[in-house]
Amino acid sequence: MSNIVVIAEVRGGVCKRPSFEVITAALQLAAASGAKVTAIACGAGLDAACAELGKSGAHKVLAIDGASFANYSGDAYAKAIADQCKALAASAVLMAHTAMGKDLLPRVSALLDTGIITDVVAVSFEGGAFGAKKPVFAGKATMTVRATKSPFCASVRPNNFPAAGGGSGAEVQKLAAPGGDLLAVVKEIIAAAGGKTPLQEAKVVIAGGRGMKEPQHFKLIEDLAAAFGPGVAAVAASRAVVDAGWRPHSEQVGQTGKVVSPPLYFAIGISGAIQHLAGMRTARTIVAINKDADAPIFKVADFGIVGDAFEIVPALTKAIAEVVKNK
Amino acid sequence: MDIVVCIKRVPATDSAIKIAADGKSIDPTGVQFELNAYDEYALEQALRIKEQLGAGSVTIVTLGPKESKKQLDDCLARGADKSVLLLTTDWAYDGASTAAALAAWIKTVPCNLVLCGRQAVDSDNNQLPANLAARLGFACVTEVQKLVLENGVFTAERDIEGAREVVTCKTPAVISCNKGLNEPRYANLKGIMAAKKKPFVEVPTQLGPRAMEIVSLTLPAARAAGRIIGTGADAVPALIAALRNEAKAL
Repeated sequence: MSNIVVIAEVRGGVCKRPSFEVITAALQLAAASGAKVTAIACGAGLDAACAELGKSGAHKVLAIDGASFANYSGDAYAKAIADQCKALAASAVLMAHTAMGKDLLPRVSALLDTGIITDVVAVSFEGGAFGAKKPVFAGKATMTVRATKSPFCASVRPNNFPAAGGGSGAEVQKLAAPGGDLLAVVKEIIAAAGGKTPLQEAKVVIAGGRGMKEPQHFKLIEDLAAAFGPGVAAVAASRAVVDAGWRPHSEQVGQTGKVVSPPLYFAIGISGAIQHLAGMRTARTIVAINKDADAPIFKVADFGIVGDAFEIVPALTKAIAEVVKNK
Repeated sequence: MDIVVCIKRVPATDSAIKIAADGKSIDPTGVQFELNAYDEYALEQALRIKEQLGAGSVTIVTLGPKESKKQLDDCLARGADKSVLLLTTDWAYDGASTAAALAAWIKTVPCNLVLCGRQAVDSDNNQLPANLAARLGFACVTEVQKLVLENGVFTAERDIEGAREVVTCKTPAVISCNKGLNEPRYANLKGIMAAKKKPFVEVPTQLGPRAMEIVSLTLPAARAAGRIIGTGADAVPALIAALRNEAKAL
C-alpha cells in the first residue's frame, strides 16, 4: 500500500493547527487512491505533539526527534524528511502553506526530484493522477493542475480544510535526529508584541485604508478589533497605507501582501483597488464602510454603509462590544 | 561577492485577468507587464551588498520570452552589471522545471549569492528560492525582511506566524526578499544611458519535462451583489442585525 506523507509543523512542542487541516486533505487523497497517511514531525521533545497527531486520523506518526532539531532548519529537516519519503515510497507529500511550509516543502520536492504545487485550496485523485486547484494572480484566477511526476508535492492553504481529529491513536515510531553541520542556523525567535492574532488565522479581519486619513486614526480600527475579544480579530491595511509607512507590511492585504479568507472581513476607508480585492474576495462575509457610494469595494461587499468612518466605526465598536458581552 | 538576482516579467498588479481561448493561459491582450514587485527588493539588496563590500558583481537573470529584455534593461539602468535572458516561450508556471533550468545555468557562472523576490505575482508559487537552494546545495533563508552582512556572515530576519525568526548563514546562499527589506532605487537618465553599454547575453533554453500540467485556468465566480444598508452611524443597528440574522457572522 502506498503512503501519503504529511509533514507536520511543530513549534514550541505544539503541532500547529494548519497541519491537522492538511491531514484532512491527505485522508481525502488516501481514501481515493487506496493509500495510508503517515505524519512526519521534526523537532526536540515531540511526545505531546505526536500524541495529538496520533489522534488525528493519520495511520502512522513518525517522529524525528533530537536536540539538533530543536530549532527549525530548512536544510537538515528537508534531508531527513526526503530520506523518509524515499523509504516509504511516498506517492504524495503534503504540508501547510505557512512560513515553514513555504520554506521546507520546495526543498523536499527538489531532493525527491519531483514537482511542486503550492497554496492549494483543493486536492484530487482521478484516473490514477493527483491534482490540485490553486489561486493564481492573487486569486484573480484559479489554476487546476495534474501531476505528471511522482511523488506529488503540494502545500495546502491554511483555513481551507477542517482540522482532522477523533482518531483512536496511531502507532508512533521514533527516529533519532541526525547531527551534522547546518547551512543556515535559527539563532532566535522573537515573539510579536502583545500576542497579536496572526492575520491569516484570524476569524475576523478589520482592514483600514487611506480613508483613515492619518496613521493615528488606526486606533479606531484597533479598538474595533479589540471589541471582538482576545484572539478573534486582526488589524489589516491596504497597500496605500503600508506604502505610506502608516502600517507594517505584515498587515498588508492584497496582491503584494497577504491573501486572507476569514469568515468576516471589514474594509474601512478602502476604495477597493483590484490588487486589494484579490487579497480578500474569498472572505465569507464582507462589510464595507466608505464615504464614496461609488467606491468599487461596494461591488464585492455583502453589506455596506456609506458615510464617515470616524462616526460609524466608534458606533460599530460599541455595538460589537455589546454583542460579544451578551454572548 | 558575485551575486545573481533572479527576476521575472509579470502582468502589472492592476491588470484585469482574462483567460485565453485555450482555457489554460491568460489572454495577454491589453495587459501591461512589469518587473515582479518583490524582485525590486532583491535587486536593491544586491546593489547595497556590492556597495558595502566595494567589490563584486551583480548579474540579473530571467527565464522568459524576448520581451523580458525590457525588465532586464531596467535592472541594468538601476545599477546591475550584466543581464542574462534564458530564452523560452514556455510559461514558467511549473516550479520544478523553472528551478532546474535556473540551477543548471547558475552552476556555469561564478556565484556566491542568489537573491530572489519572495514570489512572482503571476503564479504565486513562493517556492523557487528554496527549491533552487536545495538543487545547488546552498544555504537558504526565505521571505527575509531584514538582512545584515558582517564578516562574511548574513544575519536575516523573517516573519513566521506570530513571531520573527533570526537566521544566520554563510555563502554560498540563496536569500528571498520580502517587501519591507529596503526602499528600491529607480533608474535615472545616467543609469539608463550606461545600461546600453552593459553586457547582455541570450541563452536559448529548453525547459525539461513538466512535473505538472495545467488542466484549466478559470476565473472565480463573481460574488453575488450585496447591498448598501444605510448611511452614517444610524445604519449600525441594521448592519448588526444583517450580520447576525442573514450572514450568521456574529
